[in-house]
Amino acid sequence: MANIANKKAICDLLLEKAKTDKDIVVLCSDSRGSASLAPFFEEFPQQSVETGIAEQDLVGISAGLAKCGKKPFAASPASFITTRSYEQCKVDVAYSNTNVTLIGISGGVSYGALGMSHHSAQDIAAMAAIPGMRVYFPSDHFQTTKLMEALLKDEKPSYVRVGRNAVPEIYSEDNCTFEIDKANILSEGKDVAIIACGEMVYEALEAAKALKEEGILATVVDMYCLKPLDEDTIIKVTKDVKAVITIEEHSPYGGLGSMVSQVVGENNPKLVVNMSLPDAPVITGTSSEVFDYYGLNKEGIVKKVKEIIK
Amino acid sequence: MGELEKLAYDLRKDTVDMIVSGKAGHIGGDMSVMEILVELYFDQMNISPENKDDPNRDLFVLSKGHSVESYYSVLAKKGFFDIKEAIDTFSKFGSKYIGHPNNKIPGIEMNSGSLGHGLPVGVGMALASKMDNRKNRVYVVMGDGELAEGSVWEGAMSASQYKLDNLCAVVDRNRLQISGTTEEVMGQDDLHDRFRSFGWNVIDVEDGNSIEQLKMAFDKAKSVVGKPTVLIANTVKGKGSSVMENNVSWHHHVPTEEEYSQIIKDFQIRKEVF
Repeated sequence: MANIANKKAICDLLLEKAKTDKDIVVLCSDSRGSASLAPFFEEFPQQSVETGIAEQDLVGISAGLAKCGKKPFAASPASFITTRSYEQCKVDVAYSNTNVTLIGISGGVSYGALGMSHHSAQDIAAMAAIPGMRVYFPSDHFQTTKLMEALLKDEKPSYVRVGRNAVPEIYSEDNCTFEIDKANILSEGKDVAIIACGEMVYEALEAAKALKEEGILATVVDMYCLKPLDEDTIIKVTKDVKAVITIEEHSPYGGLGSMVSQVVGENNPKLVVNMSLPDAPVITGTSSEVFDYYGLNKEGIVKKVKEIIK
Repeated sequence: MGELEKLAYDLRKDTVDMIVSGKAGHIGGDMSVMEILVELYFDQMNISPENKDDPNRDLFVLSKGHSVESYYSVLAKKGFFDIKEAIDTFSKFGSKYIGHPNNKIPGIEMNSGSLGHGLPVGVGMALASKMDNRKNRVYVVMGDGELAEGSVWEGAMSASQYKLDNLCAVVDRNRLQISGTTEEVMGQDDLHDRFRSFGWNVIDVEDGNSIEQLKMAFDKAKSVVGKPTVLIANTVKGKGSSVMENNVSWHHHVPTEEEYSQIIKDFQIRKEVF
């Protein structure tokens, strides 16, 4: 099967579920094309809301719909839906406890050369700091589908970040273990724990394979659930390893690395190395060029692990 | 005749008592918005503790959330909770009656406080009613100073785009905000034209503290088809006592004992007119 973008998996699932669930409403801020949600707007115009380029309106309207029993899915570029409408996310969604699913599309550096205005390297930090807001970075389309199915079943606010591009598969149709808010341990090794989220999970897995050939055994965790953070799994996988690596498409501040460091520091004190984007506008390029430049890839992880595991 | 007018003054007293007890509150806006709330809750809206979960209930959002003290007084009178509890605990340590609306309190639909949030939320509510063919109405009350927030106009655009004739906004046009008059701070004397240019039906309420005039305006708004309505209610900040009226320093001020007795006396005199 060809690789599928996580955002497409979201649209496919919503298309299927909306056939029988008339309360599903999809909202876009002139972003239906980039969100791959145009088919939903065509198929279910009565369950679609266009707000124009007005992200505060997008999130406020979603909250109002949710208050009246609808199940709104608001999709807009991650950089805008999290920070342009941050206060609506905080007050209208989280504080008012409305059943809104915020979908940040083209997250992280998906927009590559478009520059820092279009990058969302602070969305974990921003959204996780809001009481009552859940934060998810699914790794592949199988997991994205499972996540969306789970979110449809509950009535709590959440933020889901997906990237723009098709991503390699981590799971398969028959093998996609999923329990909401429970991280997945993808491989177990005694030397190092690599904890990753989103698109970085695939790189972590590839790195673990390469390290194995060199006799270094790595545990790899898909920490798709950043909040609530699966602390039990972090404590479990970091207990006996020599060091911990975190890797994320996010700023060095307030993301996966910060969260894991807090938990490890309190429970299993040992070396934790955070791999992330820099605290600076990133270099111009496609997202894969950007990842390569900052070592956010298989080779970068292997190099880092070998540096810290003597 | 005059029952609601009288009620507005009784609820003004509850509101001032709450503010004195909690040693906090936005008293000026509480007083200006009182008749708007009273007319909505005791005449216009289909809402009560009995139907608070009925999807067909009318919906209300207090976008100018800092007027929460008058809102609490009105909701308590409607039977959503005990006014004594609200007065005794308002703003005090551990109280659920905090200084802005939150929907853990029965009768409150949405949390507010940060300005400019209510109209988009009201648009979402009105859209939900349209989608489900419900006949209920959605009311959003905003302050005039609040209208400087850009998100108000995002909401205004989408309300007319979606022809939300089930949405009625009210501007509590008391012409004062913390730093001075609205015209000095960020002028809006062409407010009617602004809303009209956004595709809204605009009704000017000459005296926004007149129950009779508000009733006529709300009734008229109900018959408008294909566009949202805004009532621009010309109110008096601090309405009810000459101690407070049109005095910018009463945006948030806790009356002294002396001021309190004068205010209560004034309320009584005004009430007797009706």
